[in-house]
This record gives sequence, C-alpha cells and structure tokens, in this order.
Amino acid sequence: MSIYIYILTMALTTYLLRMLPLTLFQKPIRSRFVRSFLYYVPYACLTAMTLPAIFSSTSSLLSAVIGFVVAMALALRGKGLVPVAVSACLAVFVAELLTRTML
Amino acid sequence: MKNQLEFSQGIKDGLPIAIGYFSVSFSFGILCSSFGLSPYIAGLISLTNVTSAGQFAGLSVIIAKATLLEMILTQLVINSRYALMSLSLSQKLAPGIGTFKRCLIAFANTDEIFAVAMNHAGPVTPIYMAGLEITPILGWSLGAFTGAFANNILPVNIRSALGIALYGMFIAIVVPVAKEKNSVLAVCTLAVLTSVLFAYIPVLQHVSTGFSIIICTVIASVIGAIFFPIPNEEDSENTNGGVA
Repeated sequence: MSIYIYILTMALTTYLLRMLPLTLFQKPIRSRFVRSFLYYVPYACLTAMTLPAIFSSTSSLLSAVIGFVVAMALALRGKGLVPVAVSACLAVFVAELLTRTML
Repeated sequence: MKNQLEFSQGIKDGLPIAIGYFSVSFSFGILCSSFGLSPYIAGLISLTNVTSAGQFAGLSVIIAKATLLEMILTQLVINSRYALMSLSLSQKLAPGIGTFKRCLIAFANTDEIFAVAMNHAGPVTPIYMAGLEITPILGWSLGAFTGAFANNILPVNIRSALGIALYGMFIAIVVPVAKEKNSVLAVCTLAVLTSVLFAYIPVLQHVSTGFSIIICTVIASVIGAIFFPIPNEEDSENTNGGVA
C-alpha cells in the first residue's frame, strides 16, 4: 500500500478529532461542572504524559532524573518554555558525559 | 491595527513552541530515516499531522505495513485527548467565530498550542490563533525534515539529550500554574498518581499509553471539577473565562 494513503488516513483521523468538537460546540457551555472539568484537562493531560514517561526519555534513568530536576527547578522560578526545555537537554547531555568519563 | 497586534502577540507566544517543536520533531525525523523513509516523507508526515505521540505510533504502523483500520484506531486512541482539548478550546474562542475559521484553527490544536491559548488572558481570536500556530507548524515540519537528513551525522548522546525536550516544555507549562493555584496542584498530583499506577501495576500495563493518558486525564479532571469548581462568574483569576 502506498505510504501516502497511510499518511492521509493518519492525518484525517487526527484532524477530525480536533475539528469536530471545535465546530460542533459553538455555544458556551453553561454547566459549571463541565466548565471546571474542561479547565483542568490541559494540566491533567500534560502531567499524565510527562510522569513517569520522562524517566525513560533519555538513554539512562540517572540522566533523565537530572534533566527532570533541572526542568522543575527552572519552571518553579517561572522560566519560559525554551529556557526550561534547553536547560533540561543540556543537563542530560552533561550528565551522560560525566557518567561516561567516570565509569 | 488591533488585528496586527493580535497576530504579532500570537507569533510571540508561538515562537518558543516552534523552537521546542523543532528539537522534538528532529528526533522523529531521525527515527523515520532509520526506517529508510526520506526526509521529504518525514517532513510531510509532520506537516499534515502536527502531533507527537500520534506520529511516533503511526510510524510503527507504517513500518509494520499494518491495515488502515489499525492506523485509524491507533490515532483515535492516542489522539482522542485532542477532542477534549478542542472542546475546551471551543469555550475559549471569542464569540461569533464561524465554522470555516474553526476548521482552520483546529488543524494545529496541539498540546502546547492549546495550553498557551488557554493561558491567554481573555477570549482568543482567529487572528491570534493564526499567529500562534504558524511558526510551530513550520518548526515541526522542518525539524522532521532536518532530523531525517542529519540522522547519520548525529552522535547518540545528542539524540538522547533531545529526548527530554518535549517533557521540559510540558513542565514549563504546568508547573508555574500549579505553583499559583492549589486546585491545579491537586489535579496534577492526582494525574501523576494515576499515571504511575498505569505504568507500574502489572494488570494496568496492558492498557495502551494513549488510553491510559485519557483515563488519567478524565479521573483527575472530574475529581478536580467536583472538589474545586471554578468560579461561576468570569473574573480576572479565571483563565478559562471569556465565554461566561
């Protein structure tokens, strides 16, 4: 089967998931419960995706833990997306470099 | 004039996402190339899908030469969180936005773009969303293309370090809000607990990653909505407001 058919199927499925709720719900939702639920969705979702998956995102648990701690420390100080992400990457890089030279 | 301001604010908010995306998508490109796909195909997948986990899973479906039904099911499971996000976003859009513009906005409603749009003070306009989405789409597509191109040049330790970039972005989005609001902190703590259960309890390990993320999200958000309902009237504290 052509790879383009796969890509089209994949893209269309993902797009419909994003498009249908956005076009079908054009009126504000009144229910306080539903509005509260929707308010918490992004935070719950990003958190569930990050933990514990972050600890297997690099080639060793130790470097991932160090990257995680660095990212948390900077985020708690209110640093933005790029400083946090780049510092986490650098921390992982340095940690793996050090552990390799020490072993 | 107001439109121009909205657009440049969107660009300004989107640029950090674009840079982060480039590095994450770069690793997707590396993976594509290691399976023998061309940089052009890697870039095309990223340009048309704009989703991280979904693409990584979709790639494995393509490599396995599995059926289209499997492709659809995989995407439905992993990406159904976008349906929740689009539902949230539908409540955040400025009133009176037509169906056509909503169709355009939906195209790149990714985890990060959604989170930034929801953090935007007041309702969001289509022109703001256009500015917000355009550079991340470019960064995401070019990253995959470049990654597939650079696959053989790049040492393993750099690839490993890039693996954490996506999660660094997630942390940067969630932690400052959780620090400010106890309700969000409680919801996040619940999400971590349920997510850890799914990762380490043997019976639950059979649940696919996509499903477990949805289940964790729903459990934590429902409990949050029961115990910490957001204020009924819109106020300056309520970042979900603008539609009440």
